[in-house]
Amino acid sequence: MARAVTTNRKLINTLIAWAIGLLIFFPILWTILTSFKTEAQAISDPPVFLFFDWTLENYSIVQERSNYMRFLWNSIIIAGGSTVLGLIVAVPAAWSMAFVPSKRTKDILLWMLSTKMLPAVGVLYPIYLIFIELGILDTRAGLVIVLMLINLPIIVWMLYTYFKEIPGEILEAARMDGASLKDEILYVLTPMAVPGIASTLLLNFILAWNEAFWTLNLTAAKAAPLTAFIASYSSPEGLFYAKLSAASTMAIAPILVLGWFSQKQLVRGLTFGAVK
Amino acid sequence: MTLSRRSASTALGLIAAMSMTSAAVSEELTIATVNNGDMIRMQGLTDDFTEKTGHTVEWVTLEENVLRQRVTTDISTKGGAFDLMTIGMYETPIWAKNGWLVPLDDLSDEYNVDDLLPAMANGLSYDGTLYAAPFYGESSMIMYRTDLMEKAGLTMPDAPTWDFIKEAAIAMTDRDNEINGICLRGKAGWGEGGAFITAMSNSFGARWFDENWKPQFDTQPWADTLNFYVDLMSKAGPPGYATNGFNENLSLFQQGKCGMWIDATVAASFVTNPNESTVADKVGFALAPDNGLGKRSNWLWAWALAIPAGTEKEAAAKEFIEWATSTSYIELVAEKEGWANVPPGARTSLYDNPDYQSVPFAKMTLDSILSADPNNPTVDPVPYVGIQFAAIPEFAGIATEVSQEFSAVYAGQQTVEEALEKAQALTTDAMEAAGY
Amino acid sequence: MATQQSRSAARLMMAPAVILLLGWMLVPLIMTLWFSFRVYLPMRGGDQGWAGLDNYIRFVSSSSFWPSIQVTLIIVGGVLAITIVFGIMLALLLDQPMWGQGIVRILVIAPFFVMPTVSALVWKNIFMDPVNGLFAHLWKFFGATPVEWLSQASLQSIIMIVSWQWLPFATLILLTAVQSLDGEQMEAAEMDGAPVHKRFWFLTLPHLGRAITIVVLIQTIFLLSIFAEIFVTTGGAFGTRTLTYLIFQRVLESQNVGLGSAGGVYAIILANIVAIFLMRIVGKNLDK
Repeated sequence: MARAVTTNRKLINTLIAWAIGLLIFFPILWTILTSFKTEAQAISDPPVFLFFDWTLENYSIVQERSNYMRFLWNSIIIAGGSTVLGLIVAVPAAWSMAFVPSKRTKDILLWMLSTKMLPAVGVLYPIYLIFIELGILDTRAGLVIVLMLINLPIIVWMLYTYFKEIPGEILEAARMDGASLKDEILYVLTPMAVPGIASTLLLNFILAWNEAFWTLNLTAAKAAPLTAFIASYSSPEGLFYAKLSAASTMAIAPILVLGWFSQKQLVRGLTFGAVK
Repeated sequence: MTLSRRSASTALGLIAAMSMTSAAVSEELTIATVNNGDMIRMQGLTDDFTEKTGHTVEWVTLEENVLRQRVTTDISTKGGAFDLMTIGMYETPIWAKNGWLVPLDDLSDEYNVDDLLPAMANGLSYDGTLYAAPFYGESSMIMYRTDLMEKAGLTMPDAPTWDFIKEAAIAMTDRDNEINGICLRGKAGWGEGGAFITAMSNSFGARWFDENWKPQFDTQPWADTLNFYVDLMSKAGPPGYATNGFNENLSLFQQGKCGMWIDATVAASFVTNPNESTVADKVGFALAPDNGLGKRSNWLWAWALAIPAGTEKEAAAKEFIEWATSTSYIELVAEKEGWANVPPGARTSLYDNPDYQSVPFAKMTLDSILSADPNNPTVDPVPYVGIQFAAIPEFAGIATEVSQEFSAVYAGQQTVEEALEKAQALTTDAMEAAGY
Repeated sequence: MATQQSRSAARLMMAPAVILLLGWMLVPLIMTLWFSFRVYLPMRGGDQGWAGLDNYIRFVSSSSFWPSIQVTLIIVGGVLAITIVFGIMLALLLDQPMWGQGIVRILVIAPFFVMPTVSALVWKNIFMDPVNGLFAHLWKFFGATPVEWLSQASLQSIIMIVSWQWLPFATLILLTAVQSLDGEQMEAAEMDGAPVHKRFWFLTLPHLGRAITIVVLIQTIFLLSIFAEIFVTTGGAFGTRTLTYLIFQRVLESQNVGLGSAGGVYAIILANIVAIFLMRIVGKNLDK
């Protein structure tokens, strides 16, 4: 990277990149801005950008209507639980695929990915009946299990690609020193795989947080996460852009903040073995 | 027989009364409901119910389509996720027939079942037994801008014809100022544009099925209906009407962008509410139009509370029904929000109440409800019950697909003939699949 | 190299994931297969007996079947094309030196964190509404007639919404690949006077090959089953009914579980055809 870059060129790059970045981010920005407007301002023509009477009214209306904290808490538990559980199951599997590969390893991997292509609606009734049978309808545990299963293929695959980057010699050296399998995973492999595991964790958390089919159809009141929260704002009566914006902002804010704080980690990890 | 049932119900009533006083049986009810204004208001008043009975309520508030999908899955699998469900006139008789609902034949004397509007009670009954209690009821009617009507030099009769509506709509349209003569639903979905066009087609002499359940989209009245609608909307409708449903039109009307709007009678309280509507003091009402064939194009609907069979909290659920659909609930809302905002269309006594009679849309709402007859919805005889729907399990699916074909016409993607041909084919196919 | 012991240990460690996924796949699959041969109408009291191949024949012979396959492929293909082309351009741009690179990167990846339901609702109402939407205001400002996005350009609109959601993902993966480009090789080519487009074509693009296949694979898995975006915006009208949506209509709107299940089986077959096709490409790349 020793190429000399003229300030001019850097300036042009900066301008273009910022313009595009802002353009892509604009819908989110606009939604957040709209959430602080009154309903009349939200649809005014010409639209007002920054100079309006900022109000928190919409947030208080939304909060009055539904207990946001409970939905948020459910979302955290469900997304977090399914991610942790998924990692517990996936780490050993990915480890064995990466370090003790057999002829069928790749087939198993590809088969796992293909299970993700089952259309969810097609199996709604079977799954619903099973949930009733097991008595886990509208429980967080039930959703944790389903979301874990849905995202498991992706987790296994991501971890597999990271583990494959780790040179096998190190493990062998550890083995020579008399490290048990447990020690090997715990003290040698895991520290090296932390960035990979961290970004897997993040990606999976995001996917679970945003999953809107099962979380909506398998819950009622007790386990409903933010996806159900938003489902009651899609078309209330009358003007609702500002309220919709407020509810939307509340639904995406936590994950957006998390994503921003961890974006370095995410970028570093999201390679899927694409980079050697 | 009647006597013994009566005494049994009194006994049940006593038990219910006793349970009200004992704190030991306070239950937590899970109620699925739709995110309409009246229900949102009810949620805000839940504390009153808890205070009176000791039961608490968990609300599951969902948008109409999601709600329907959610409760239907649950009831047909006997999932038991909800203790009370908000359903409509379409679902009630079908579910009751399957034995999925708890009959509401033992409500207390204080509740006064006979006070329910007969049209609503009939629509929510199966074999003469009430299975769901109406929270609010509605028909449809014309809401129009008195100032624009005057400006156009016309007078709205109480019971106009479609020809007059077209004339007035074209006269009121002023596209430079973003005023559309008429706003109507065009959005796909059986409960949205499908409901409107079906109710409208009744006044044109069309019907969904003949007496042998043969689909009728290949008949002239359907072509007339659609051609009239498309012509009217292209001359006087708002842009993008193919995706407008109730909410979109409501917000257009509230912003003063519609001259007329034919839709649910409950909308009257929103368009005349000065806090939400910019045209609150300039709205007039009239019966939905007809074509001189004896049927008007207004529908009949009720959002009602029903108890799924098999719930363990039946007694508490009934207490909730008796609270939410009672006259005292109406009084509670009136006291807090004013008479114009009480849930309309469910009880006769409401329309006898002098306080309510002074509400500008009360009379027209009642007249519209009374002029709707779900048992004889069409000019020619039909084998089904229901005005904007046919109360058979297959209808929702079929009508949604048919209305999607119609919406494609409104968006200019196909001709009326093509749409009707496809509608006929897919309805025939679905009815065959269902074994008719 | 691996010992017998570690081999069996490996199998043991793989077992939970494989068994769980096998269960998750097989139990519903067998139930779907079973239902697909039954007349299963929940609204008419549930299982009404044997249907033979009726459901399968009816599902395919419906006039909506082939269009739905076509729409599915158009949406998947369209979104893939847009996200990859723009993703490469963005990745190359973000790799350049500039001020505030970190912030720009945050702005670009933000849409990935937005729930599909929320993004569909926001796009549909606040942006694409032909009367009150921001685009309508913009169009009117320039004296044009507002576009009725979701009815007149329905498929394009949905592709746009979905692309907006997935562009960050593609950009991120491609960016990591671009960053690993051999700078020296690039410089050498530059010194030799190779023009920009040639350098891109012969050096950059081949280097990105693997990253692109990853993007295609992961996105296809998710795009084949997009649902919320269609449910919220058009409800399947205006030629936006994908295979997934058609199955939804059969199962939940028409309450014909047997017919819907047959559709589900077709969807699995389609997914597997696409999967085999993809695996061929990816499988080769994974070996590299």
